[in-house]
Amino acid sequence: MLDVETIRKDFPILDTLMHGRPLVWLDSASTSQKPRQVVDRMVRFYESENSNVHRGVYELSEKATAAYEGARAACGRFIGARNARSIIFTRGTTESINLVRYTWGRANVREGDEILVTEMEHHSNLIPWQLLAQETGATLRHLPIDDEGRLRMDLLDQHMTERTKLVAVGLMSNVLGTINPVRRLADAAHAVGARILVDAAQAAPHLPFDVNELDADFLAYSSHKMCGPTGAGVLYGREDLLEAMPPFHGGGEMIREVWADRATWNEIPYKFEAGTPNVAQAVGMGAAVEYLEDVGRDDIREHEKEMVAYAIERLEAAGAVVYGPRDVEERGGVASFNLDEVHPHDMATILDQEGICIRAGHHCAQPLMRRLDVAATARASFYLYNSPQDIDALVDALAKAKGWFA
Amino acid sequence: MSLEELYKEVILDHYRTPRNKGRVDPHDVALERNNPLCGDEIELFLKFDGETIQGIGFEGKGCSISQASASMMTEKIKGLTVKNAGELSESIKRMMAGEEEGDLNALGDLVSLKGVVKYPVRIKCALLGWNTLAEALQESSS
Ligand SMILES: Cc1ncc(COP(=O)(O)O)c(C=O)c1O
Repeated sequence: MLDVETIRKDFPILDTLMHGRPLVWLDSASTSQKPRQVVDRMVRFYESENSNVHRGVYELSEKATAAYEGARAACGRFIGARNARSIIFTRGTTESINLVRYTWGRANVREGDEILVTEMEHHSNLIPWQLLAQETGATLRHLPIDDEGRLRMDLLDQHMTERTKLVAVGLMSNVLGTINPVRRLADAAHAVGARILVDAAQAAPHLPFDVNELDADFLAYSSHKMCGPTGAGVLYGREDLLEAMPPFHGGGEMIREVWADRATWNEIPYKFEAGTPNVAQAVGMGAAVEYLEDVGRDDIREHEKEMVAYAIERLEAAGAVVYGPRDVEERGGVASFNLDEVHPHDMATILDQEGICIRAGHHCAQPLMRRLDVAATARASFYLYNSPQDIDALVDALAKAKGWFA
Repeated sequence: MSLEELYKEVILDHYRTPRNKGRVDPHDVALERNNPLCGDEIELFLKFDGETIQGIGFEGKGCSISQASASMMTEKIKGLTVKNAGELSESIKRMMAGEEEGDLNALGDLVSLKGVVKYPVRIKCALLGWNTLAEALQESSS
């Protein structure tokens, strides 16, 4: 059981007043709030460890390097990676996925090959593959979803063929909350000789998982959605794949030896980390990992199941249509919904006046909006610091919004 | 003006009973535009009689501010010359950008749209119809 009252004390921003009312943060799927422990760790880095990494001969650089590499180890442990060499620091999920597109993708995907995504992907895990397909002449295919927002695994055989080179799938949907059967997709992909990339931007903050159990070849996640700072994220890659891949950006740090006209590459993961990295952000991400481990990731997951079950019940009772699976074992702490009477944008503006922050729009998933046959939805999302009172506040404010439009 | 007043006194009347809703057939220009961020849509139909906008209608769906603003616009624009309509749309855009107070005489009821300026993310919604109109007028003169 989470002690939400105690946890809330770690998040100073939750004491802010918005329009004179206590802030109710229901947009963690967009970005989470940051605990004092993470902010303090970054301040400590800048105040007592700051220098460049992997370069200086002096002790301060050793300290900075130790902090940076310690964060890498934490980020690897967080997803069950066997070796920190598999962990590349990036700017976030989007950059991680694009790294795979430009390196592994360009080296391995050819005309006539197929890339399989799903109907529920975030644009970050769709556009890079559209672009790769366009530049290589490969075909992009989409695994459909059913009316409850679950993948149509019964149609997998029709969509996965001997030509499939890559399956790119989110572990948890940012709109529907659906938790996808990634291991089954990985097995099917491997059976046809394809690779699987897992977008764990939504899963990492909320679900305990292990890259080896998922049998993921690549996995991407972002710091800012899991209590860490913006500007940091991870690409996990299987070591043998990373070894064989060409580099991404060229520059300092990623090289071993350089001549006027050519160069050789540093070992992994440094081959993929050109230039001075976002050291303080990576250190902050490592602190976020430790924070979540201290709170207890299983407890966070249990708490969010309760929150989303309560949210669905209250929202439906208030007359809203809630999208996504009903069974909380199959969904994370996200509730996208619509109220007939009040357009999501009007709703978000009216709720904002009550200090309640929800998301309204297409959530970077326009193809999914088309599939749901809506232009936009409202979305409330939950994290370790949310309580049932936040959902009560949401539902009360919805009733008020409905009253205006009645 | 509070948000509640803005909605209750300005927006909701036009949202519930939009004026000039529907196609104009035959028309001289039809133009569809949307607001990619939120999916609001407007399709505008114009029919000219010489230099005068003789008929105007719109189809659309989206938030109340986008649809109400389009409705208010059609009411105001009907019967204006192309030149005056263009000037009016420029004036509204300046008002919504906070560059101009909004001339009560010229704008009439439309001045109430100024209430939206306080909610910056919604300004795009209020301007969707006006931007579509400006483009449609340009298309008709080229
Ligand atoms: C499912 C999913 N994938 C990818 C992203 C992109 O993450 P980032 O913006 O941190 O790169 C997000 C975040 O919005 C997401 O929810």
